This record gives sequence, structure tokens and C-alpha cells, in this order.
Amino acid sequence: MSIEVRIPTILRTYTGGEKAVEAKGDTLLGLIDDLESRHAGIKDRLITAEGALHRFVNIYVNDEDVRFLGSLETPLKDGDSVTVLPAVAGGSVGGAVAL
Amino acid sequence: MLTLSQDLLDRVLAHARRDHPDECCGVIAGKDGVATRLFEMANADRSPTGFTFDSAEWLRVYREVDDADEELLAVYHSHTATEAYPSRTDVLWSQHNEFAHWLLVSTRSEQDEVRSFTITDGVVAEEPVTVT
Repeated sequence: MSIEVRIPTILRTYTGGEKAVEAKGDTLLGLIDDLESRHAGIKDRLITAEGALHRFVNIYVNDEDVRFLGSLETPLKDGDSVTVLPAVAGGSVGGAVAL
Repeated sequence: MLTLSQDLLDRVLAHARRDHPDECCGVIAGKDGVATRLFEMANADRSPTGFTFDSAEWLRVYREVDDADEELLAVYHSHTATEAYPSRTDVLWSQHNEFAHWLLVSTRSEQDEVRSFTITDGVVAEEPVTVT
């Protein structure tokens, strides 16, 4: 079982500069744990200490935002593609996702 | 220094006026540090005090810029009741993004205000905007 994970520039310090890496897992959380085993430190950038998906990143499974799927419980199968992007937000006070 | 054409700057300002009193947001792509094109983004918050890129639209734009071997030169957005200066929220988010420049527009008065900044590890530095 192999799933391609596309990594944004800002997180490539964890992947030795690689734009895409292979990982495995039955769920997104399992995949992230597998990534962490070979790219130590990346999990903290994706998941909060409380175990939720970090608001500073978007993760997509087959181009669907996992916030609209099953979040970290989103099931994965061989051949799926996962893309990580930095989320982008800001503003004079901050919108729904501000401090 | 942020260098962009009058046409791109006019489109940023027009976008900000059109979405007022909500904040507008978008991406300026570039090549070798020079702005090449602009993507108006939907503000998923539809808010006068904040913006968030729509996640599906952002994935399409990120891919298009990456596939063209261009860079994410600048993110632009408007403040509609305050000055064109990065807020604490902007500084926080800048630390998790890849944009070299933050272009801010204020639409608080009829006079356009547009200023550009680099935000490096939370430190804001204003820079000139050069219009070609």
C-alpha cells in the first residue's frame, strides 16, 4: 500500500527538500503517524497537541479538503493522493479562524 | 521591494473597492521576483474583519502557479476600517505561509492606501511598491 503525499515548500525542511513522499495508512491519522516515523517533526505541524487537524494547514485527499470528509479519520486506500498546503488567512481583526 | 505593473495594482484596488465593506484577498504570482499575474480569491469568511482563502480554490491556484514554475510572490488583502498595516492576525498567519510579500490595501476612506511589507519570523518591515 502506497500513497503519494505532496508537501508544500514550507514543510520540505522535514522531507529533505522532497516535494512528494510515499507513506502508508488506513486513515489520514495513520498516514501522518507513518510520515512522522520517517520525517520526524512533521506531525506537530499538521496536528495540534489536542489531536485536531492544525488550522494552519489544509489537507486534501484526492483534492477534497478533509475538513469536509472525515478529518483525521478519513479512510485511505492504495493509490489515493494526499496534498498538504499552508492554509491562508488574516485580516484586520481575524475571521472565523482567528485567535 | 515589490514590483508590479499598474494594471495588476489597479486590479487589486478595484477588487478591494468591489468587496468593501468585506475584506478582499488574492494572490500575486511572479517569476524571478517580478509579478506576472493575479488571482482574485474568494474570501471564505465574507467578513469585514478577516479573510480565509477558500480551500478548494486555493488548491487549484497553488497547483497552477507550481505547474508554471512560478512563485507565490505576494498575498494581498484589504482592511476596510483600519490602516493598511499588518495586524497581529496577519503576522501570526505569515509565519505559516510561503509568500515573500504582504500587500495591504485600506478602503477606510475614499483615498486608496496601498503598502507592502515583508514579515520575517514575525518581524514586519515596510518596503517600497514599485509600479512599472
